[in-house]
Amino acid sequence: MPKLTVPIADDEIRALHVGDTVLLNGIIVTGRDAAHKFMIENYIRKPAVDEEAELYADLKELLNGGVIYHCGPVVKKHDDGTYSFVAAGPTTSIREEVYQPEVIAHFNLKGVIGKGGMGPNTLKACSEQPAVYFHAIGGAATLIARSVKEVVGVYKLEFGVPEAMWVIRVEDFPVVVTMDSHGGSLHDQIMASSAEKLDALLA
Amino acid sequence: MIQTKQPDLTDQFVELVRRAATRLPSDMENALDSAKEREDEDSAAEGAIDTILLNVQMAREHSTPICQDTGTPIFEVYYPLGISTRVLANQIRKAVGIATENSFLRPNAVDSLTGTNSGDNTGEDFPTIHFHEWEAGHIHVDLLLKGGGCENVSTQYKLPDAGLKAGRDLEGVRRTVLDAVYQAQGRGCGPAVLGVAIGGDRGSSYIKSKQQLFRQLDDENPNKELAELEKTIYDQANELGIGPMGFGGKTTVLGVKVAAQHRLPASYFVSVAYMCWANRRAHMDVAIKSDTVEVTYA
Repeated sequence: MPKLTVPIADDEIRALHVGDTVLLNGIIVTGRDAAHKFMIENYIRKPAVDEEAELYADLKELLNGGVIYHCGPVVKKHDDGTYSFVAAGPTTSIREEVYQPEVIAHFNLKGVIGKGGMGPNTLKACSEQPAVYFHAIGGAATLIARSVKEVVGVYKLEFGVPEAMWVIRVEDFPVVVTMDSHGGSLHDQIMASSAEKLDALLA
Repeated sequence: MIQTKQPDLTDQFVELVRRAATRLPSDMENALDSAKEREDEDSAAEGAIDTILLNVQMAREHSTPICQDTGTPIFEVYYPLGISTRVLANQIRKAVGIATENSFLRPNAVDSLTGTNSGDNTGEDFPTIHFHEWEAGHIHVDLLLKGGGCENVSTQYKLPDAGLKAGRDLEGVRRTVLDAVYQAQGRGCGPAVLGVAIGGDRGSSYIKSKQQLFRQLDDENPNKELAELEKTIYDQANELGIGPMGFGGKTTVLGVKVAAQHRLPASYFVSVAYMCWANRRAHMDVAIKSDTVEVTYA
């Protein structure tokens, strides 16, 4: 299976197509509902205020050419204050559809990992940036957690463990490209073919 | 006889939670094994099931959660006369707190007004506990961990439904359930198990649909008509081609379980509890002896 290392270059993204399986490596950041809302409200739709400026600078560096992971993990805190991931499968991505295109464009994201796919606005952002949507296997939480080799840090832990932004180093994280930078979406294809089938079954 | 003192089952409830979170029931695993055989070689569907099966094995070996979304814990508790449900409920709430500390559960209870996570899986009406007094002399507990992704695609229909041409009969039920599977696409982490309830009011219907998820995949519905409906929906849902994770493929559902309730003349609800492949259910029986308890898990 081909490997990709974050930060990812534009030509590597353009080479990916719907159905490709990839092993991801490098530093990625988790972010789900609270994190996306926070980034939009504090950085993207208005300039960062002083007390949030440090995090903004960190995120700009981490996410440039980077990948955000829709995930609310189970995390273990060790006696020495470090953390490790116990279970870390993807969460449903479509909830971030209202935020994702702006986050991709603002931070120059190259990829979003999640499950269930996203809508037309994210697909458009993927073509423009370019970026792709990586589908992880929903529920494969123990397996994915074991590809998380290190918890590098955590931001916004006050959002709660699932909603915090965890900075993690992954090795050979298995994903499938289901939305590419050429306008292709496996989710659109399956939606259309299953609609046809449903019509026949309800005829 | 009214007992004034009853045993502390907190540790046993923690073990029940651990088992539910980390061990997929064998009928589910067998169904996934068969599904893998059905899918085309080297397809995305086969790859997804491969990953799922490997994950299930690793979770069991390492005693870590199968899925990080350990869901809403739903306890169905059957108890004999003389047991205090208040005491049992306190023990269950304490147990989910301990299970959370031990990383068997993710902190999942969020205050809807403030957004604050309670951190220990307890809160207003959280976890869900239903008590049923029964005639048997022992305590039986069913536990389901119902994840949020699949809960979000669970749904309820009110028949008749003109858009689906669904009337108030089993043909109408078939049409709505197939629509629910189509609407869910891959967002509920299929292949799914569908719990379906016909009738009731909106609340009782949803509860009944979730209770169907406790049934073994290979059990037989005692009602012939419902048994036939289960088979029809199973076959036809798999014809939709949505497949594991919505990647396309032959396995969209692993099981369909239907039950019916009495309803008002004015209402005809169909509730569909969509359960992800990680249909995490566990059971325990507790026999209370004079000064000990005998516990068996399944």
